[in-house]
Amino acid sequence: MHAAAITSTAEYLALVRRRRAYGGVLTALFVVLMTTGWRAADARNAGSFADGIRHVFDFPAEILTEAARDWANLPGYLGQYIPSLIETLNIAAVSTLLGGVCACILAILSARALAPVAALVTPIRRLMDVMRAMPEIVIALVLIFLLGGGPVPAMIAITLHTAGALGKLFSEAAENADLKPLEGLASVGAGWLARIWFGILPQVAPNWSSYALLRFEINIRASAILGFVGAGGIGYDLRTTLQWGQGRYDQVVAIFVLLFLTIVAVDALSDRARTRLVKGGQAA
Amino acid sequence: MTAPMLLIAETEIRRSLGRRRAVRLAAPLLLAAYLTTIFFSFDLPGIAARIRPDNAATLLGDFWSFKTHVSRDLRKPGLKVAIEGEAKGRYAPGHFPRWVQDGATPGIDLPGGGRVTYTATGARIERPEFGLIEVTRSGRRIAVTLPKGAVTPDWLSASSTRVDMRGPWWRFSMTPQRTETFRYQPGWELFFFDLQSPFHGKGAAELAALALWEPRLDPARANLAGMLHDIWTNRMWRHGDVVWALGETVLMAFLGTFGAALIAVPLAFLAASNFAPGRAVRFGLRRLFDLFRGIDGLIWTVILSRAFGPGPLTGALAILMTDTGTFGKTFSEALENIDEKQREGIASTGANGALQARFGVGPQVAPVILSQVLYYLESNTRSATVIGALVGGGIGLLLTQAIQTQKDWEEVSYYIVLIILMVMAMDSLSGWLRTRFIKG
Repeated sequence: MHAAAITSTAEYLALVRRRRAYGGVLTALFVVLMTTGWRAADARNAGSFADGIRHVFDFPAEILTEAARDWANLPGYLGQYIPSLIETLNIAAVSTLLGGVCACILAILSARALAPVAALVTPIRRLMDVMRAMPEIVIALVLIFLLGGGPVPAMIAITLHTAGALGKLFSEAAENADLKPLEGLASVGAGWLARIWFGILPQVAPNWSSYALLRFEINIRASAILGFVGAGGIGYDLRTTLQWGQGRYDQVVAIFVLLFLTIVAVDALSDRARTRLVKGGQAA
Repeated sequence: MTAPMLLIAETEIRRSLGRRRAVRLAAPLLLAAYLTTIFFSFDLPGIAARIRPDNAATLLGDFWSFKTHVSRDLRKPGLKVAIEGEAKGRYAPGHFPRWVQDGATPGIDLPGGGRVTYTATGARIERPEFGLIEVTRSGRRIAVTLPKGAVTPDWLSASSTRVDMRGPWWRFSMTPQRTETFRYQPGWELFFFDLQSPFHGKGAAELAALALWEPRLDPARANLAGMLHDIWTNRMWRHGDVVWALGETVLMAFLGTFGAALIAVPLAFLAASNFAPGRAVRFGLRRLFDLFRGIDGLIWTVILSRAFGPGPLTGALAILMTDTGTFGKTFSEALENIDEKQREGIASTGANGALQARFGVGPQVAPVILSQVLYYLESNTRSATVIGALVGGGIGLLLTQAIQTQKDWEEVSYYIVLIILMVMAMDSLSGWLRTRFIKG
């Protein structure tokens, strides 16, 4: 706001009042949207909030008492589900790797200053938008129909989504890169690939790896969910054990514990690695 | 620098370069080894055996074409003409498409000039380049008579109880109970008007004329209102239900995201080191955020749907629970990174804690918080589709239902297109709001 634009106190107060009025209208609109929204969601739900809230701890209590009763079995179950957990982690890791490689290529091709073919920039961006917008479950369910269950449909689905999501972040990072190294390399006669390889990649590598690590975390969750709809891994085991119902809930608890510990551990590790990557990148 | 020092420096540089080169060589090798392990543990060589080409053909065909069944059942009188063989796509007798001739011996024109005639004892199939094929049925046995001198072509498969013929854009099949001809046509049939609507089968120009000046088809309602009503209540594509489902998905994302933000803002103040009333509170809240974040959306979904049953409320609450943890963590980090000088300035005027927070802290963190929330709004629209598929709400539910029936692939592709458009729309909406509110 320019001081010169406000010539009198009256004008300033009018401005403040108008701002407050806008703020008030927005707040009122938000409150209305929130209340009617919750009411509508409540009305369209099978069970109402008022009824459900009284039972929200029933199921956790039930599975926990069962787990407490059969606590001696827990370590065995934890060991039993480790292979499925590894499959879930493998799906996430491979999708992050393959999706990340695709994202690198898409990012370079769609970063304005680096793209070898300028005409391709916009189509590739739209392609990445579509890949990003498609929820993994859509591709996974269609692929399960074509390829049968197992880890491959989940892997392809997550890879596609990862390529789109990382591609956008990567290309933003690449567009912010310093172009002087490129000029320097060009002046000694380096080709396009050499310019990107030696001029851009070292600059963006810390950022890109940090984004990829974050994606890996997200992909673990996604791969667990896709397992639940039939794509293998620990999600699939969770669905099976839930279907067995009462009496076998100690296994459900074992899966919950494994999933929780994995997510917390990966979260902590990648948090540390990312801080190091970004800090180290700035120091270099 | 003296010569020995230079020498030491050189050897050190060489050593570090050598180490780097080793890493550069080892990394791709390790990666290749890992991918090879995965190749076998995911059983990629076995995928060729599990792949279902027939499913792929159905899927690809359904994505952009539809089929009309013309069937005669031995136990039921009359000819049945129905799109995709569904009751809601059935043509009323006397209103069959032009290529079906009803009567005692009904005839069906085939694409490419052929013709199928249903006779009292079976059927006659004429293919211009091949000749006349006679299929006769006596009791439970079916016999095929080919033109003189012809060998059984590869598009015909016959046993004593089943005959199947395929041509370009058509298929014929006969079993002891039923004679059926399928005719394939490109497009999504009945997309706007189903067969019950008086507007079905009219061209664009005709519809425009009806909407604008021609007399009412149904005296009770205006033509335009009638058209909109018929599209909305289309029984084949259920546009009304689909729009509601999309709304439900967006609603889940909206309620979950903003609900989580509303809960997380006050908690973030208590968990930020520069505002926390005590170390214990801060530590407790941080661990609580970790717990909420660590319990995956999948686990929340399972637990909450036990209490609240299927529906959008459960989905919204599942999103809310996971995001409260995430927001609590990021918001409290944003609060820890503020510039204390502004707060000190406000404090020096004698303002109390609430006023300091409102004028000294609010303006600094609001853009960060808002941009975070808006970013999550977009990504939660996608999550809401997935969670909807699990808890049974919104477009995710419709999608899984359509996939599980394994035949409505045109509906599946319709929903996929809508989901993509919905997420992209939410993406641009959140981007627009972000620039609007944050950059001024």
